[in-house]
Amino acid sequence: MQTANGNNPAAGDAMIAIEGLTKHFGPFTAVDGISFSVSRGEVLGFLGPNGAGKSTTMKMITGFLSPSAGRASVCGHDVVADQLAAQRMLGYLPEGAPAYGDMTPLAFLKFIARVRALKGAAADKAIADAVAATELQGVLEQPIDTLSKGFRRRVGLAQAILHNPPVLIMDEPTDGLDPNQKHEVRKLIARMAADKAIIISTHILEEVDAICTRALIIDRGRVVADGTPAELIARSRYHNAVSLTVGGQVTIAAAEALKALPGISSIEINPRGTETTFTLFPVQQNAISAEVKLIDAVADLAREKDWTVRALYGEPGRLDEVFRKLTRSDTADAPGKNAA
Amino acid sequence: MRELLAVFRRELGGYFATPLAFIFIVIFLFTMGAFTFYMGGYFESGQADLQIFFNFHPWLYLFLIPAISMRLWAEERRTGSIELLLSLPIPLWAAVLGKFLAAWVFSGIALALTFPMWITVNYLGHPDNGVIFAGYIGSFFMAGGYLAIGSCLSATTRNQVIAFVVSVVVCFLFTVSGLPLVTDFFAAWAPQQVLNTIASFSFLTHFTAITQGVIDIRDIIYFFSLIASWLIACGVVVDMKKAG
Repeated sequence: MQTANGNNPAAGDAMIAIEGLTKHFGPFTAVDGISFSVSRGEVLGFLGPNGAGKSTTMKMITGFLSPSAGRASVCGHDVVADQLAAQRMLGYLPEGAPAYGDMTPLAFLKFIARVRALKGAAADKAIADAVAATELQGVLEQPIDTLSKGFRRRVGLAQAILHNPPVLIMDEPTDGLDPNQKHEVRKLIARMAADKAIIISTHILEEVDAICTRALIIDRGRVVADGTPAELIARSRYHNAVSLTVGGQVTIAAAEALKALPGISSIEINPRGTETTFTLFPVQQNAISAEVKLIDAVADLAREKDWTVRALYGEPGRLDEVFRKLTRSDTADAPGKNAA
Repeated sequence: MRELLAVFRRELGGYFATPLAFIFIVIFLFTMGAFTFYMGGYFESGQADLQIFFNFHPWLYLFLIPAISMRLWAEERRTGSIELLLSLPIPLWAAVLGKFLAAWVFSGIALALTFPMWITVNYLGHPDNGVIFAGYIGSFFMAGGYLAIGSCLSATTRNQVIAFVVSVVVCFLFTVSGLPLVTDFFAAWAPQQVLNTIASFSFLTHFTAITQGVIDIRDIIYFFSLIASWLIACGVVVDMKKAG
């Protein structure tokens, strides 16, 4: 049990429940006793270095891989014992959005509709809705093989949301998309989020902040952090630090003067070209008022000393720094990621 | 059943979405004709039947059928679409059977397109059309047998070339297990019972029996059980791969 969610009192409305999920590939343990749950309305961001076990976990939930140990259920259906019922409840975008390349998106979506037991007018409407949501109208008659990466990803998305599933699992849904497409996909996910339980995996940390209500960082098959993006950011050493950039001549005296301010534990100095950035770390890192007070104090000092202030702001924290602090498995000796 | 039909339609459509189907059918018909008329000496034989034509089927199937079956699963594994297929609510048996049936129907279409042979022989003489019909039935079942083997072996790899080569070898062993090439190897030391069992696995033995015009229930059971066994093995292989 890695997190406290195993005994969550609200577990009754957990749409995805994972308990001690484990996967071995030979001697290698890709996923090592992961437990968490996702409720309706939650968008869970799955973070971790390559080979940390994100995709393997998703493959187990969706039934492509069978777990070595532990349990997973989707809407109360065990993914091993009651696999088809669980699969009916979920939409899945596998990593790289594989599809049948010789088919056109329209034929492909019709195939998915048939498998999903959508018939006649219901199938037509589901396909039209999914096509509209992913903006595939222009390419419906072109073989998927001939489409650009962005369009292929959207075909995969359309397939995943076709039957309006209560649970959505997407492995790197915005990978390979340009910034506009990324924005569209994020908007789409945000629109669907209210009445679904969604898991997305991503390498893009800003995405977690943009669309996830909760983030799970996994490393070497274990959950190393679980919380809202704000909570994770608060674990950064930069949380509530104050950053001051001044131009022109910088003296040792300026650093000394800043260090002498009350409530400062340490200070970092980064000269860059004609400017210098000072990062001031407060003693009481988690007190919001301390940050405000510190900014005011720095501003007063700058005015008094007549520095050329280029920037002055309080830092919310840096997610990438938290990520690096918590994970170390992105090394070359992490096999098994694509073992299947 | 709905899932089976969906997979079947997708697979069969997949053959015709690319030039593959047309190339295959053209080559199939061309080699069938070439072997029958030139190598088989059809006209010289002076017989108004299709015995010579059918005699070449096992040997042509040996190479042509693995060419159909090799992509069944290996292609899905290579492109990753197998992850999609297996995460859709499709029972494993429906995926295995749907793919197999699509391939079988496709080979049946290719076989049916040899009908000019049948017209020719009826134009030239008065053949026993019952025997010819039996030959077609036998050939179709034999194609099913080869396809089932190829389907299972295709599920073991993501490389279509490997799937093809291994299928040819295994199909070859099944084809010739009644011939001295194989039986001599066992004859020296194995008891007669074992020898008979091995020989009874031979496609040739059963196929030849059917092409004589006698559709024996035992030959039909042979092909059905062979197909069923290899398809079950195929399902087991696909399932085992899920375990990593």
